[in-house]
Amino acid sequence: MIEVKGLVKSYGLKRAVDGVSFTVKRGEILGFLGPNGAGKSTTMKMITGFVRPDSGTALVDNVDVLLDPVAVKRKLGYLPENAPAYPEMTVQEFLAFIAEVRGYSDPRARAAQVERAIGLTHLSSVRGQTIETLSKGYKQRVGFAQALLHDPPVLILDEPTDGLDPNQKNEVRTLIKNMAVEKAVILSTHILEEVEAICTRVIVISRGKLVADETPAQLLARKPGARMDEIFRSLTHTDV
Amino acid sequence: MKQVKPIFKREFAGYFRTPVAYVFLVAFLVMSVALAFSRFGGFFKAGIASLDTYFGFYPWLFLFIVPAAGMRLWSEEKRSGTSELLFTLPVTTLEAVIGKFLAGWAFLALAVLLSFPMAITIGYLGNPDWGIVCTSYLGAILMAGGFLGVCSLTSALTKNQVVSFVVSLCLCAVLVFLGYSGFTSFLEGFLPVGVSDAVSNFSFITHFNPMVRGIVDLKDVVFFLSLIGFTLFLNVVALER
Repeated sequence: MIEVKGLVKSYGLKRAVDGVSFTVKRGEILGFLGPNGAGKSTTMKMITGFVRPDSGTALVDNVDVLLDPVAVKRKLGYLPENAPAYPEMTVQEFLAFIAEVRGYSDPRARAAQVERAIGLTHLSSVRGQTIETLSKGYKQRVGFAQALLHDPPVLILDEPTDGLDPNQKNEVRTLIKNMAVEKAVILSTHILEEVEAICTRVIVISRGKLVADETPAQLLARKPGARMDEIFRSLTHTDV
Repeated sequence: MKQVKPIFKREFAGYFRTPVAYVFLVAFLVMSVALAFSRFGGFFKAGIASLDTYFGFYPWLFLFIVPAAGMRLWSEEKRSGTSELLFTLPVTTLEAVIGKFLAGWAFLALAVLLSFPMAITIGYLGNPDWGIVCTSYLGAILMAGGFLGVCSLTSALTKNQVVSFVVSLCLCAVLVFLGYSGFTSFLEGFLPVGVSDAVSNFSFITHFNPMVRGIVDLKDVVFFLSLIGFTLFLNVVALER
């Protein structure tokens, strides 16, 4: 579903992403790991067509993001880091706006999609509140609802559980796991147990380069008996 | 182009979700009417039932008021990170630029049209030429579009609203002053008339004044529309770079 081919992006002299390639199949949940500034977010932004790569490209469902970005954006649900949203809108207005831009021009169909997203992310208690008055956890859920709204075949989630309390984290993980059956999911995270809990594959990126691409079990088997954070540290110790 | 509509709707409603719209509308109407009533305007002293003295201040008023309305168009999206959301939705940059611009333009047009009590006043006091009143409103709305195009462009270049305001104020000031009578007569002092005419052709005033006098010349309309087109084109380039 997602095919990433040799993505490169530099900011000034710094190579943020340096030749990253991988694929994600339907039904897979890919955990994207790496220290802060290793290039996780930039890679995701390039797949979504928000950032133009210096070289390389990404294919989503066989559509090249450089050739037809709008078609790729139609297939994607994307939760950007910190879940940006228009603060002066209410949750309901915001999701209705997203639905309309996503092509649900019939008000009935639009309302149905918004209801579905609100139901999935348990937002009904705050639907009439403006987004600026919401707590971090609720804001994150609004971002999640926005990404799920059109039931996309591909989900790209930049730190989806960031800022959530343990119960909410658990809930989001369950949600991702349940949906992933017929989707391809990429999620970036700092939380290593999250990877063990839900991901079917792990990618570790350090200084813009891939240093591991395997199942969580294989990653753990690199150093028998070691915990995941030790393995993570040994893979990324050059990146400080 | 069908995605222009939701973006327009959200942006236009956005003005009214915050106090910005109300503060802006009240400030604009109070200032424009106060200027016309002042001794510089001489709205009553002129003794003529026309809106000349009211619209005469528009280029100078727009110089401050349109950058204030336009500075947030893109700067705000960039600062709050919602541009990332907007440009990962299935819209092209052109659709987003047009949608947001039209929303801002509609808002400015609303501000201009809300001065209708002035038209009613001259209708009550005398017997105005309603054709001239209409062309004045048309000119004011077109000119607002020209100003807003410049402001939308500068707003796309920075995430800081203050920078956006100051830069668009400077650019608009150039486009106003080129046609200011004091400046053109200064130019005519040492340049051939043809050159100073060509320079003043780039000014809002040169193309707005005929409409206040009731003349709708195609070249004036084309000036404003092509200025809008050109600035919006640069706006798309600035956002896609």
